[in-house]
Amino acid sequence: MRRRRLLLAGASGVGALIMTLGLGWWRSRGDVQSGSSLMPLPIGEMSFTLTDHRGATVKPSDWIGRPAIIFFGFTWCPDVCPTTLGDITLWLEELGHDADRLNTFLISVDPERDTPEELAAYLSNFDPRITGLTGPLGEIERAAKGFRATFEKIPRGDGYTMNHTAGVLLFHDDGRFGGIVDYHEERRFALPKIRRVLK
Amino acid sequence: MRHLLAFLVLSLAISPAMACETVQLGSLEISEAWSRASIGMARPGAFYVTIRNTGATDDTLTAITTPVSDKPMLHETVVKDGVASMPHAMAIPVPAGSTMALEPGGYHGMLMGLTKVLKEGEEFPVTLTFREAGHVTVPVLIRGMGARDAGCPDIKK
Repeated sequence: MRRRRLLLAGASGVGALIMTLGLGWWRSRGDVQSGSSLMPLPIGEMSFTLTDHRGATVKPSDWIGRPAIIFFGFTWCPDVCPTTLGDITLWLEELGHDADRLNTFLISVDPERDTPEELAAYLSNFDPRITGLTGPLGEIERAAKGFRATFEKIPRGDGYTMNHTAGVLLFHDDGRFGGIVDYHEERRFALPKIRRVLK
Repeated sequence: MRHLLAFLVLSLAISPAMACETVQLGSLEISEAWSRASIGMARPGAFYVTIRNTGATDDTLTAITTPVSDKPMLHETVVKDGVASMPHAMAIPVPAGSTMALEPGGYHGMLMGLTKVLKEGEEFPVTLTFREAGHVTVPVLIRGMGARDAGCPDIKK
């Protein structure tokens, strides 16, 4: 067990290093390409119309005034999505009432299967402050473009799975991009990052 | 009292292996096998487990089978340039003297074609096949959908 701990500590250290280098590369690449072309747009500059898991119409302009947490995923996803939603649920619980001011969204990259009803059934297992969004593929593509997220349908057996951007995107209440919680980042770094956009 | 004790010892001895208990297969120690509750049977389930190889011979996990899935497969979650994908893993190495954890965000079993709804708190069996050590069946604990680990009391510290 101790050895596993050590291994884990070592692995997460290496992970953090890769993350740091990766972020540096990503930042510098953004600079090279005239400004911040790879950064998510401010929410106020995005334009798309989606439906939430309660059936309401949602536009990004509605989000200005509250900090936001956004994650791209799909409910047929067996590993990354329940893990991330489980994490987000823990973060919201730890933040307590501070998190009531947050808009927390799961944007489905699989609108073919993720109807509002399917999203509602799935999200009932997680913090009720998480809102699921779905809609026509074109609108999801517009949203992904604004958030600089990507997704791709991968045929598998009789069906398919989805590759998708796995990080959790953070935004300030005025819609400015406020950082990413990377999928393999140590989870204890997440809360301070979220607190920063809550200020 | 003595009867009660004898009964308890006996019932422990004949009870099937419980999830959270370590199952031994040669020099492999298999523990913390868990999965998540499912909504219906359409979505694939996940399978996680920790395998410790205390021996001097490298081994490899080559397959999993279980009555709860028509098509169980080994997968690995890979995050590259921030994008998660889930390539099929033909085999998962369990080198001598090391611990391989199938855990969220890494190697895992994917249970396609569920044959029953996975309910929190219940268990189901999974048979692991190793190239060297052969087969072993372990009980898998079904945890809540937001679970991150087996939730076993850590008695090995």
